[in-house]
Amino acid sequence: MINKLVFENLKHRWVRTLLTAVVIGVQVTLILTIVGLSEGMLQDSARRARGVGAQIWLKPEGSSSFTLASAQVNEKFVAFVSKQPHVDSALGVLIAQIFGFTSMAGVDYDEFVEMTGGVKYLAGGPLRQPDDIIVDQFYQRQNDIKVGQSLKILNHQWHVAGVIEEGKLSHIIVSLSRLQSLTGNAGRVTQIVVKVDNPANTQTAINQLNAVLKGNLHAVSIDELTSLYNVNNLPPLKGFINVITALSIFVGFLVVFLSLYTAVIERTREIGVLKALGAKPMKILDILIRETLLLAVFGCIIGILLSYAAKAVIMWYAPAFLQVVIVPGWWPVAALIAIVGALLGAVYPGLKAARQDPIEALAYD
Amino acid sequence: MTSDPIIQVRGLQKVYQTGDVPVRALRGIDLDVARGEFLAVIGPSGSGKSTLFHILGGLAAPTEGEVIIDGENIQHLSDSQRTELRQHKVGFVFQKYNLLPTLTALDNILIARYLARQNGPLSDDFKRLFDLLGIANRLDHKPRALSGGEQQRVAIARALVNHPAIVLADEPTGNLDTENSTIVLDLLRAINHDHGQTILMITHNPEAAAFADRTVAIRDGRIAVDSPA
Repeated sequence: MINKLVFENLKHRWVRTLLTAVVIGVQVTLILTIVGLSEGMLQDSARRARGVGAQIWLKPEGSSSFTLASAQVNEKFVAFVSKQPHVDSALGVLIAQIFGFTSMAGVDYDEFVEMTGGVKYLAGGPLRQPDDIIVDQFYQRQNDIKVGQSLKILNHQWHVAGVIEEGKLSHIIVSLSRLQSLTGNAGRVTQIVVKVDNPANTQTAINQLNAVLKGNLHAVSIDELTSLYNVNNLPPLKGFINVITALSIFVGFLVVFLSLYTAVIERTREIGVLKALGAKPMKILDILIRETLLLAVFGCIIGILLSYAAKAVIMWYAPAFLQVVIVPGWWPVAALIAIVGALLGAVYPGLKAARQDPIEALAYD
Repeated sequence: MTSDPIIQVRGLQKVYQTGDVPVRALRGIDLDVARGEFLAVIGPSGSGKSTLFHILGGLAAPTEGEVIIDGENIQHLSDSQRTELRQHKVGFVFQKYNLLPTLTALDNILIARYLARQNGPLSDDFKRLFDLLGIANRLDHKPRALSGGEQQRVAIARALVNHPAIVLADEPTGNLDTENSTIVLDLLRAINHDHGQTILMITHNPEAAAFADRTVAIRDGRIAVDSPA
């Protein structure tokens, strides 16, 4: 009976119920999208790293594992590394940030193609001229790029030579030497990627490389590298998620507070009737808490559905800048956050209702 | 009918504090209501009849005096104990019906049962009351789809569903036209006569009071007249 009353109360003011649930849903969507964005960007980076086909990555000691590091590696190390035992090939990569989280990679294109085992061209073909540029399908779709057109990046006019499948090192690939000269990094690369003669020799090769390159470069396996692409390894990102979470709790608190407060005022007489019929204060509180929980659960469902919509929109309009994934593991967390915020919002209106004097409540018009 | 009055009031006083000024709403009421009696309490506005209604219904605590309802002295009951008194011993009928707008007529009746922790289906005897009240085919409707008379008859069913010791009716015909007022008063009298239900009705209308077995007139917080109908 109490659940029926709760359900009917919510149904009775369905516009307010829907709006409240939608606002709770938006906070859930916000959390899920931020988390999905963080995970998506990191997964995208990890996927593109794996797409190179290398088993070992060499970076300067103590440098960031992520793609925004400056070029500190002398290009001569590439030739040195390629001569080490178990090394099949080594590729110097220069990463240049162009906008937000988006970067472009400069490589020796023929060696890059060989290391990846071949790239699939969706349009056009390989780099042939120094000013040629290859973009992946995400960057192409996001910017509506056509093969043959010119493209201005880093204040330089490039000629679009081809569009490749996404997932290979970077969304944008150009000639290493051209990017070095454009960015003032002549003779330097950001990192060296290494393909070993046999994947079973990866750890042996890493140990040997770390022994001979001690103090200059540090070798890590691709598995170790991609495992570092994790929100927990990025304190600023984690902090950002925490701030969004705290804001969400506050928004949930406010919206439920306002919604329930107006509901309690509006239902003063009904609360008086319930008390006259023998409802104790805890029963009144119980009714309002059930309403709040139902609103929060309804809001969570809306929020999860909206997170799919947000993902679709982001992935359609900015797949090269932003990558979003659905993280079901965060659904209960986001739901818990929404419920906590909602319950906090229900405390004051609930206590106000529970403490209402039945005589005054019955006289309320 | 047993010889003990179902309501015994001795020296009842109620003082409200409005700001710094004490307002003496009841100034020493002595009243016995026999089991199965239909009593009308009449009086002008401000006479104290509503205060008496609230105290007998366990909605307010007396300031002084003894109030015994069905053998239970409510003078020193806590809020929680008075709530339990309302669950089991008192049924209310209000002037404005006070049905919950979100529930159907039947659910409005059942929620009183739920709050009194009464489980199980309604008895056949009680279901027959729906026919007497003329609401049997209106139970699935929400209050907004019912006329004032129908709403008040649903409220009467709600007041009776827990088989209370007393039914307190506060101006039960105050919002009704003459025809519906007569129907409601006839029903209250029938429930009193046929089921032995004790009813205490507050009214300012002498015609309504005439339906009762006995009328008590209150003036300035005291009983001014106590006479059989």
